[in-house]
Amino acid sequence: MSEKNKSDMLRAPFKLEYDYERSTGPIIGKFFEGLSNQQILGTKNGDNVYVPAAEFDPITYEHLSEFVELPETGTVKSFTWIDQPRKHHLINKPFAFALIQIDGATSSILHMITNCNESDIEVGSRVKVSWSEEKTETIKDISHFELINE
Amino acid sequence: MKDIYIIAYAQNPILADAKAANEVELIMPVVHEVFRQTGLSQKDIDFTCSGSCDYLQGAAFAFVEGLSAIQTNPPIKESHVEMDAAWALYECMLKISSGDTESALIYGFGRSSPGNLDSIISLQTDPYYLSPLWVDRISYAALQANTLLQHGTISHDEMYDAIVESMEFAKSNPNALVSNAPSKEEYVAEQKLSTPLNKFDVAPVSDGASAMIICTKDFAKNLNLDHVKINQVCHNIESSNIGTRDLSTSTSLLDLSTKLNLTNLSVDIAELHSQYSHEIVFLKKLLGLDNTSVNASGGPLSGNVMMAAGLDCIGKTYEYLKSKDVTNGLAHATSGPCLQQNMLLHMERVK
Repeated sequence: MSEKNKSDMLRAPFKLEYDYERSTGPIIGKFFEGLSNQQILGTKNGDNVYVPAAEFDPITYEHLSEFVELPETGTVKSFTWIDQPRKHHLINKPFAFALIQIDGATSSILHMITNCNESDIEVGSRVKVSWSEEKTETIKDISHFELINE
Repeated sequence: MKDIYIIAYAQNPILADAKAANEVELIMPVVHEVFRQTGLSQKDIDFTCSGSCDYLQGAAFAFVEGLSAIQTNPPIKESHVEMDAAWALYECMLKISSGDTESALIYGFGRSSPGNLDSIISLQTDPYYLSPLWVDRISYAALQANTLLQHGTISHDEMYDAIVESMEFAKSNPNALVSNAPSKEEYVAEQKLSTPLNKFDVAPVSDGASAMIICTKDFAKNLNLDHVKINQVCHNIESSNIGTRDLSTSTSLLDLSTKLNLTNLSVDIAELHSQYSHEIVFLKKLLGLDNTSVNASGGPLSGNVMMAAGLDCIGKTYEYLKSKDVTNGLAHATSGPCLQQNMLLHMERVK
């Protein structure tokens, strides 16, 4: 093919990627927006308050739309300690995955706890959010939780 | 539902690493084996359904490649579930019950060795709240194990005993991948992956495939293979929002056991899709299987092919009912973190 023919060829840019962003919708989106402002929001159904915000009641399947703001402290309901993090984990020092019930919520959020020893954590331990410096409107706006003494 | 019979089942010997063998080469032998057992061929099968996980192969629609293992010319009626093949069997049962299908071929396959199973399974969870945190499958299971230990539902000793019993059973299963139990000292000294679980508590990363043929009563009778009937099947799922679930019990399994009237069935043998030591202890207690022979194949702790292990529980139950003088079998399949989705089948040996 001559140089001239080459320049005559039709060309279009091609990016190998999904050219769209996934919307997180009005409930999860609002919860993430809250996180980016260092706010913990939950959705409410009667006496039940779900954190992270649930779009549907997990028992009755009702649509949820009422939000409440909750504090950034909570209680450990269950945890598993990882002394030697594996390569996909986000924290590369000993940490725990834990189910944490935010004060005022009736469900738990699954997140990480670090900057402590395994023997320091027990079911019932009190924890507080440690925010990520850079906010991305994702669950990772919470960097992790840390133990607190009250 | 119509009476549905299992008439054949085959499983590849479970491998730690199938090396150069691809999925097709794992599926072909088991499909040929179920045809050999029945004298049927693909043209006698009305409907085919498979179960696999595209994430394991690392490509969208990777399951389509699996079809190269079966004869698809002339064209066949076919489907796939991105789940354990136990749910492929469920789809086939619905298809037969709806009336336009007499026979169905089911196969499930998975090669977990090429990738990192922990992180791959993590990708299958909630993409907003869970998957970005890379919660691995062992840590999910560990959260439930700790909850059960905390509630006193299970004990560390029972977890160890469950491993020993599984490995003892696995010694007589020629397809088992592992059959050696650690000594109590080794078990206690072993580094925990995610407390309280160490590598002995976790089913091994496995490669393999399994296949099964089911059909209507008349179809089975004509082949003189009407030995094992699926009396009842039901499945149920709990919320994907793990923080709203009560991990100290299983609401889905309690519901299924009521639907199956399990307390009034005298179950002789059961195969549970228990991928962790604590799940064996927990499920036995929850389902009231104290007087039942459980996981006589060694269960998933002796080999756990992703997307086939649930079908294997059904297949192993079928094999025992066919060959031993017992009547009632219970098979369990599960999917998702902490036994999120469950299926129970009551199977009966027909005299």
